[in-house]
Amino acid sequence: MKNVLILGAGSDVGQSLARLFASKSYSIHIAGRDMELLESFKKDLEIRYSVAVNFSYFDADDFSNHDSFLKNLNQTPDIAIYVIGYMGQKKPMDTDWEDTLRIVSANYLGAVSIFNRLAKAMKNRKSGILIGISSVAGERGRQSNYLYGSAKAGFSTYLSGLRNALISHGVRVITVKPGFINTSMTENLKLPPLLTAQPDEVALAIYKSIQSGKDILYVRFFWRTIMWIIRNIPEKIFKKLSL
Amino acid sequence: MSKEISNWGHYPKIEVEENSFSSQNQLKSILINQKSLIARGLGRCYGDASLSNEEIVSTLKFDKILEFDDQSGVFEAQSGISFEAILETIIPKGWFLPVTPGTKYITLGGAIASDIHGKNHHAEGSFSRHVIEISLAGMDGNLIKCSPNHLEDLFWATCGGMGLTGIIQTVKFQLKKIETSFIRQIQVKAKNLEHIIELFEKYQGYTYSMAWIDCLKGGNGFGRSVMMAGEHALLSELDSKQKMNPLSIASKPKLMIPFNFPDFALNTLSVKAFNFLYYTKHPSKIKESIIPYNPFFYPLDSILNWNRMYGKKGFVQYQFVLPLEQSHRGLVEILNRIRKKGMGSFLAVLKLFGDQDNLISFPMKGYTLALDFPIQKGLFPFLDELDQVVLDHGGRIYLTKDARMKSEIFWNSYPKAKEFKDILSKYNPHSQFNSLQSKRLSLT
Repeated sequence: MKNVLILGAGSDVGQSLARLFASKSYSIHIAGRDMELLESFKKDLEIRYSVAVNFSYFDADDFSNHDSFLKNLNQTPDIAIYVIGYMGQKKPMDTDWEDTLRIVSANYLGAVSIFNRLAKAMKNRKSGILIGISSVAGERGRQSNYLYGSAKAGFSTYLSGLRNALISHGVRVITVKPGFINTSMTENLKLPPLLTAQPDEVALAIYKSIQSGKDILYVRFFWRTIMWIIRNIPEKIFKKLSL
Repeated sequence: MSKEISNWGHYPKIEVEENSFSSQNQLKSILINQKSLIARGLGRCYGDASLSNEEIVSTLKFDKILEFDDQSGVFEAQSGISFEAILETIIPKGWFLPVTPGTKYITLGGAIASDIHGKNHHAEGSFSRHVIEISLAGMDGNLIKCSPNHLEDLFWATCGGMGLTGIIQTVKFQLKKIETSFIRQIQVKAKNLEHIIELFEKYQGYTYSMAWIDCLKGGNGFGRSVMMAGEHALLSELDSKQKMNPLSIASKPKLMIPFNFPDFALNTLSVKAFNFLYYTKHPSKIKESIIPYNPFFYPLDSILNWNRMYGKKGFVQYQFVLPLEQSHRGLVEILNRIRKKGMGSFLAVLKLFGDQDNLISFPMKGYTLALDFPIQKGLFPFLDELDQVVLDHGGRIYLTKDARMKSEIFWNSYPKAKEFKDILSKYNPHSQFNSLQSKRLSLT
């Protein structure tokens, strides 16, 4: 039976992913920090979709416990999705060091820590799929969110390197680059409706990318073009913009 | 950051901050910091019942199913779950909602706060009758459980209490067993008001009944209507095609109104034309058929965002109930006034309620009529006139549809309003839970 591990299952996209995969008869392991939410979510998934569901505590920051976390899973998942992210509370220049560390841990270090381990296990087994939710914000550093952006940039590069390292071992790595999504993380931002995706939409796009063999997925699709333009603005001009 | 929020009638519209929660812990931290707020689900009330100028808490992410015993039909879920999601889970196992309103896009919490009623009120009461237990987050986020046997005052104040007793967290209730997801429907034409009232008497043995009424026709056809009554269809009543999937769920709607229609789109003429068309669409006097549950219970849901047909100014829905002895007289007077004013109602629904007498829940034994009015000059004073007529006949207005009723009308028409307010002072002493409506009606 196919199974999927969702790291950050308490998030909006994480919940959409869990429901979607459960509806496709995957057994699910949901992991996150809000144990109350995970416990009720387990019941919900079992009742709605009649699949096996397990849950456990996972903190991206807590690297020293990542080994035991994986050990307690009993098996290496067929698919593992990292959907943990944190944007910070203030503008980058005003962010204190503690929050900066959180941004870098949640978006990059935590992912590297757990994916390093999962990659080895999947490589040994010669099968598996690793999916990392990065962001278009990683494609170019800009004044409004360069801490989050640089962490995501690190994550995207890590994933592409891992993809390269694992291709001849039967393991796939998919980089997901959403633009704007309507979630708790962006609750306080005014996002342009046409550019903004819903969590369910992102989940479906991810699920389809598994079937279609995609390496890098942009959600919504036109962000690929938008970022191509952004990437190609000469630095002389870009450094003066207020994006 | 604040955003623009309005409910189904698009009136009133406000700018306010909205926060969401997906676990009790998260709600607790909101409640500790926010001293004035109201919960909101899918925003299918019509006016300002779930609006506040201080803060709105969305329950939509608090939507997990906690228990579903498919043998006994006991179901428990978090308050943000929609009736649509509940139906998708329970129908395939042969269960249905005990009471449902005319749309499945409401939340479980909203169903309690409005103590919703459906086409089966005369037979099976309102939603609260089928509830086993409710848990709420009170001040400072502490969880309280209540039921008809435990903290009954809180239970009955919460049912129909418009969210003023606390933030509803979980609801456990009893489902209804069904053999198929189809309905055996009977449609009967009534030539006038007296006739439709006769029909309601005649067909009260049916579990479900309501009527579409033309409220603009004068003369001999005054009050002409089409009654729709129904029962859950048995397996033996289905045709061979339906038998292949007797417990099928509705597919998602395909038609959506993407933008507001211009303001003139639904004026009196178009309403008259619609009513005439609707009425003569049924060729014979009595028509029986077996139809899926979706078009029987939720005819308007298939047109997503149909409320946009009323244009940017929005509309007001006016729903009242009159005690049985006064119903005929009262309906004649009100329908005449509406016809003379020409303010037109696109949809008018007539239902016969059974007995009910809970705190500030809306239903009472008698006839209820629900009408839409596009917002236009002169409307609000006219509705104040109608309020007085309703009050004079011993009736009242449905808070879930209300956007403008005056406080004195409310206090004079709900005999248990004082008792309700006393219970509020016990569980919501600092009016932490309040809405634009509760302030307007002097409840908080």
